[in-house]
Amino acid sequence: MPANTTLEARDLECIRDDRTLFSGLNFCIEPGQALLLEGRNGSGKTSLLRILCSIRLPDAGSITWGGRDINRLGADYHEHIAYVGHRDGIKLDLTPLENLAMARALGKPSELSADAALDKVDLFGFEDVLTRNLSAGQQRRLALARLLVTDSVLWILDEPFTSLDVHGIQVIESLLEAHTARGGMLAVTSHHAVNLNATPVQRINLSA
Amino acid sequence: MNSDSLTRAFALLLKRDLTLAARHRAEMINPLLFFVLVTSLFPLGVGANPNMLQAIGPGIIWVAALLAALLSLEGIFRSDFEDGTLEQLLLSSHPVSVLVLAKVLAHWLITGLPLLLISPLLGVLLGLPAEGITTLLITLLLGTPVLSLLGAVGVALTVGLRKGGMILSLLVLPLYVPLLIFAASAVDTAAAGLPVTAHLSLISALLVLSLSLSPLATAAALRISLG
Repeated sequence: MPANTTLEARDLECIRDDRTLFSGLNFCIEPGQALLLEGRNGSGKTSLLRILCSIRLPDAGSITWGGRDINRLGADYHEHIAYVGHRDGIKLDLTPLENLAMARALGKPSELSADAALDKVDLFGFEDVLTRNLSAGQQRRLALARLLVTDSVLWILDEPFTSLDVHGIQVIESLLEAHTARGGMLAVTSHHAVNLNATPVQRINLSA
Repeated sequence: MNSDSLTRAFALLLKRDLTLAARHRAEMINPLLFFVLVTSLFPLGVGANPNMLQAIGPGIIWVAALLAALLSLEGIFRSDFEDGTLEQLLLSSHPVSVLVLAKVLAHWLITGLPLLLISPLLGVLLGLPAEGITTLLITLLLGTPVLSLLGAVGVALTVGLRKGGMILSLLVLPLYVPLLIFAASAVDTAAAGLPVTAHLSLISALLVLSLSLSPLATAAALRISLG
């Protein structure tokens, strides 16, 4: 995992339907750090995450990864990030194992096998069940297991705890902690309190 | 990223789409059924005069193939868009255009190839002579991939819209017209016992052109649709 890369956002602005969601936003994520986005519904948290993924372009400002613009880096940036949006990004008519095999092939495969990743999110024993037959919380955990099968530095998570139970939240929190402890970075939105005690957390409130 | 892992991603994506199609057999059969029904209804509608059927046969089969393809186009990206896997494709560390090509190939194998396989039967039904049927097969072999490739660009542009179906037809049909003209006239010409090399060369040119350009255009269109 390359340790000396930094994500830096300068003067970001996002306009949606003639409303300025945010402007003049500056922040920087260093290895081992987490960025926690807060704000009311519709305050632009998801838009900001999509801009960080380079799916969406900012209306003004720039984001650099290791000093280079992410939209110019393209696939060279994508191999360092993993995104779990509010849509799970998994196929309901595939088994969890097939879903993870696809996710693994699309990025830079990590050392962890798909089986081991399922085990880590407590889906052991569900490898060959159609994802459609899993509960909403189990589907969410499968979506989060995608993070583990690729070797990505920056995890971009949009409401990762949706439909998870208390135990599930703890499992994911410990995965997030382990990721930053290894020098990974996080950009997270959440309505739940996120307990990342060992990680330096930077909070940005978009409604303020 | 080395080419090994790209080949792997291509193969896995192709296999994924084929697996999904196999688990949704009804959707797969729909375009084929449409193709067969439309073609076989024509003799009932216009009367079973062999000379007339032979004259309009190539046109009927090609128009039906084109509409069947149009019917199935949305499937290339729609469900991927809805469950978020399309975002994951765009965020892949591989070139999106290559991944798009895997999806288009899967679409052709699922919808184009069955049309191709059943078309000789429909040719016989419409009373096409043997040379006409051979040429029909060749034009469909060269032409149906063009339908999938060009269609993918249209779907990629409209996938973000709630009711993109109408716009999709308006976008894509004009692009299909040259293919329709050359393909139907090739079959006509062959049935009349004349050489069709020129027609087939033109259709091959369309195939090469769309094979090289449309994955790039599709990838760019997907970025616009999701952004």
